[in-house]
Amino acid sequence: MKTLRFAIAHNLGLVLAIGLFVVLYAIYVSMHPNYGMNVVLQNGNEALALILVGMAQTMVVLIGGLDLSVGPLMTLVNCFGSIVMAGTGGSIVLGVIACMALGAACGFMNGCIVVYGRIQPIIATLATGAIYLGLALFLRPTPGGRIDGDFAWAFTNDINELGYTYGWWEDLGWFGLIPLQPIYLILIVVLVWLPFRRTATGRGCYAVGSSEAAAFMSGVKINRCKLTAFTLAGFFAGCAGIYLTMQIGSGNADAPQAAEYTLRSIATVVIGGTSLYGGSGGVIGTIFGALVLRSISFIFRVVPESSALGFVASPLLQPFFEGVILLIAVSLGAARTFRVRNRLSLFT
Amino acid sequence: MLDGGPAAPVGGADLVMRGISKSYGGVHALSDVDFASRAGSIHAVLGENGAGKSTLIKIISGVVQPDRGTMSLGGNPVRFASPLEANAAGIVCIFQELSLMPDLSVADNIAITDPPRTRLGLIDGRAQRRQAEALLARVGCEDIDPRERVRDLPLSRRQMVEIAKALGRHPRILILDEATSALTGSDVEKVYAILHQLRDEGLSLLYISHRMHEIEELADTCSVFRNGRHIETFKKGDHSDDEIVQLMIGRDWSNVFPPKPARTSPPEPVLTARGLTWPPALRDISLSVGRGEIVGVGGLDGQGQRELLLALFGVLRGVAGTVSIGGKPVKIHSPASAKSPEIGMALIPEDRKTEGLMLPMGVADNITMAALPWLTKHLVVDRSAEAEKIKEMVARMQIKVSDLDAPVATLSGGNQQKVVIAKWLLTGARIILLNDPTRGIDVGTKQEIYQLLRSLAAEGAAILFYTTDYDELIGCCDRVLIFYDGRVVRELSGESLTETNIIASSLNLQPGEIPTGAVQ
Repeated sequence: MKTLRFAIAHNLGLVLAIGLFVVLYAIYVSMHPNYGMNVVLQNGNEALALILVGMAQTMVVLIGGLDLSVGPLMTLVNCFGSIVMAGTGGSIVLGVIACMALGAACGFMNGCIVVYGRIQPIIATLATGAIYLGLALFLRPTPGGRIDGDFAWAFTNDINELGYTYGWWEDLGWFGLIPLQPIYLILIVVLVWLPFRRTATGRGCYAVGSSEAAAFMSGVKINRCKLTAFTLAGFFAGCAGIYLTMQIGSGNADAPQAAEYTLRSIATVVIGGTSLYGGSGGVIGTIFGALVLRSISFIFRVVPESSALGFVASPLLQPFFEGVILLIAVSLGAARTFRVRNRLSLFT
Repeated sequence: MLDGGPAAPVGGADLVMRGISKSYGGVHALSDVDFASRAGSIHAVLGENGAGKSTLIKIISGVVQPDRGTMSLGGNPVRFASPLEANAAGIVCIFQELSLMPDLSVADNIAITDPPRTRLGLIDGRAQRRQAEALLARVGCEDIDPRERVRDLPLSRRQMVEIAKALGRHPRILILDEATSALTGSDVEKVYAILHQLRDEGLSLLYISHRMHEIEELADTCSVFRNGRHIETFKKGDHSDDEIVQLMIGRDWSNVFPPKPARTSPPEPVLTARGLTWPPALRDISLSVGRGEIVGVGGLDGQGQRELLLALFGVLRGVAGTVSIGGKPVKIHSPASAKSPEIGMALIPEDRKTEGLMLPMGVADNITMAALPWLTKHLVVDRSAEAEKIKEMVARMQIKVSDLDAPVATLSGGNQQKVVIAKWLLTGARIILLNDPTRGIDVGTKQEIYQLLRSLAAEGAAILFYTTDYDELIGCCDRVLIFYDGRVVRELSGESLTETNIIASSLNLQPGEIPTGAVQ
């Protein structure tokens, strides 16, 4: 019981994000005229890229920085993917691996610039973000490229469709209706994030974010921690780019979209309870942070325009309400300040 | 309120507190305390950490409000809802942790609450500078340029700026909370002089310090607190040092320092440094620390002692000279290499809040932070081994904590320092460097640290111990190296390890030629 209480107290941000998501999504489900697994699939499809970009941002925020290149990097990998993920079978697999490698390499480069160039993350990634977008435009001056339709369809669908398309398995009943997106997410979290969090380097990232001086004086290899955080960020952004490629089936060096993803990634991190000062939080919170943001736009779609709420459901108001929700989420996180007795402790 | 000149304070006031109680959660920080300080006196408030001193100060200065009890200032009942109100009533605090903004100039800092304005309502830079100059002159620091950034001043000078800033706020009651712990040499004298002068002008000064000789020098009246209760108030001279300490800790002081072992032969050297040079702080320093030895590093503050520790620990770049471990020359280029098993060095840093602890992280994470590379299996941290080590350390260091994952920022100063030490013990270091580890720590924890050091030495560790406290040099160390201007000017041990010798050597004088009044 005590353990649970501590667990909640130490992950208040995560708990709040989950709570907010459950509430918003419940509203959505209750208003949806014909909710079903196909709707979950569609939701997942729309949320996954944002979640992955948010996870990328989380890595850099954890070490006390901000990464403005996550959106452009996703776009670059999208354009690159629209070239290398063409073809069928083995060549697609190689293409996907190449995309992941590109993402990680770009992230690593960000890290090198920050660590060895001694430039603050926000400004380093402002520059590299522009570079990545430039490269993307170079690869795809106009939207185009066409990846294999079967592949794009099967891997952004549910388990059954994946089986049908390639003839791997027959109808698996309810199990087959599970969409693939949460499975990807669980795979990434289980195979990448959870192990990382338990490495010395992972712990070191938290230490660097908490107090770089103390981490250095404790003999933590702070350069390695930062490089790893940036590389993982690039890897996550690359995954987002891969998924985007499969989703839209082509490459598009869309600068406004890249910028929007970058800014929203910061929002997902904050709603997910990761401190912008660094040193606390994690990608699990960010997943729910992204889901909260997405749930808001889902709700807008299902509010009937004829109803009393119709006038607020205008798509034009969506950014407004997203902003309000962001403020509410952040204020909830700050509610602890009312309980603080010694006001000096607010600043430490 | 500020008028650009060194206006005399409006005069002091008696402060009387009756039946003050304050508890945090279930912990009684103060219970039914009566306390009074008179105008025109320096009143020392003594007690271990957790005795209730800080709470008392916070109540007087309006940071927290008492649960029960009344307070009166100059005969009028007062109740402060915020530090601002207390300030307006003439209560000014100088805290141990400096409240200066490092990137602002000295003048900006001094005038921060109420800068002089021009007719247009803009800050009058020139008036502000004149005012700063006047206040700095008042504390005897004409040499500080008000335009200088606070960041560029040494710690001791910043403390003087802090005092000047406090005077600019026209205190009636001036509270100094460990405010002199960072002062060195001549600044100490200046502060003592100005405090005596303020008292003679009729101010009421409350003085908190862990240093007995400061209290002897300054205080007229002393009040001892223990466990949230007011134990006794007495005139200076009514009790001896030993009696005062006994009142503070509630037990006998005589065995604070563990006995030093008798040594028949010189110990085998573990850490040897030859010709360490890092101008201007270090000039050709050679030393050796043997197995089982505690070597003290003394001298006035800022003579290169800190740089020596940082140089050994691989923090400084471009250090000339050689360092050998167990006779083998080694290159230490970072703290990460210093802690590696081949070298096995640990540094308990000076400022635990910035260099020692990851404040937002949990106690457990902090304890294993340095030793983590040895607690991993296949790259991943071995949780069960980690948990076991943490449990072991918490028990060994007697860290008082209920929730191991609670942010280490929530612990008391003494417990935080124990966490820092635990972190390094866990690496199994054989060479332990300590940089003033007992600053701002209560007597009880200090004693635990002394005993720990002695037992580590007995287990074979080589310890290099820098401290600004003479009692620690004498009580705790087998040998003491006195630093002056980046050199080791004297080595004291055995019979010659006395306070007089330490003070004389610190000023680079031969023993016996101390001019009276030159020290402290």
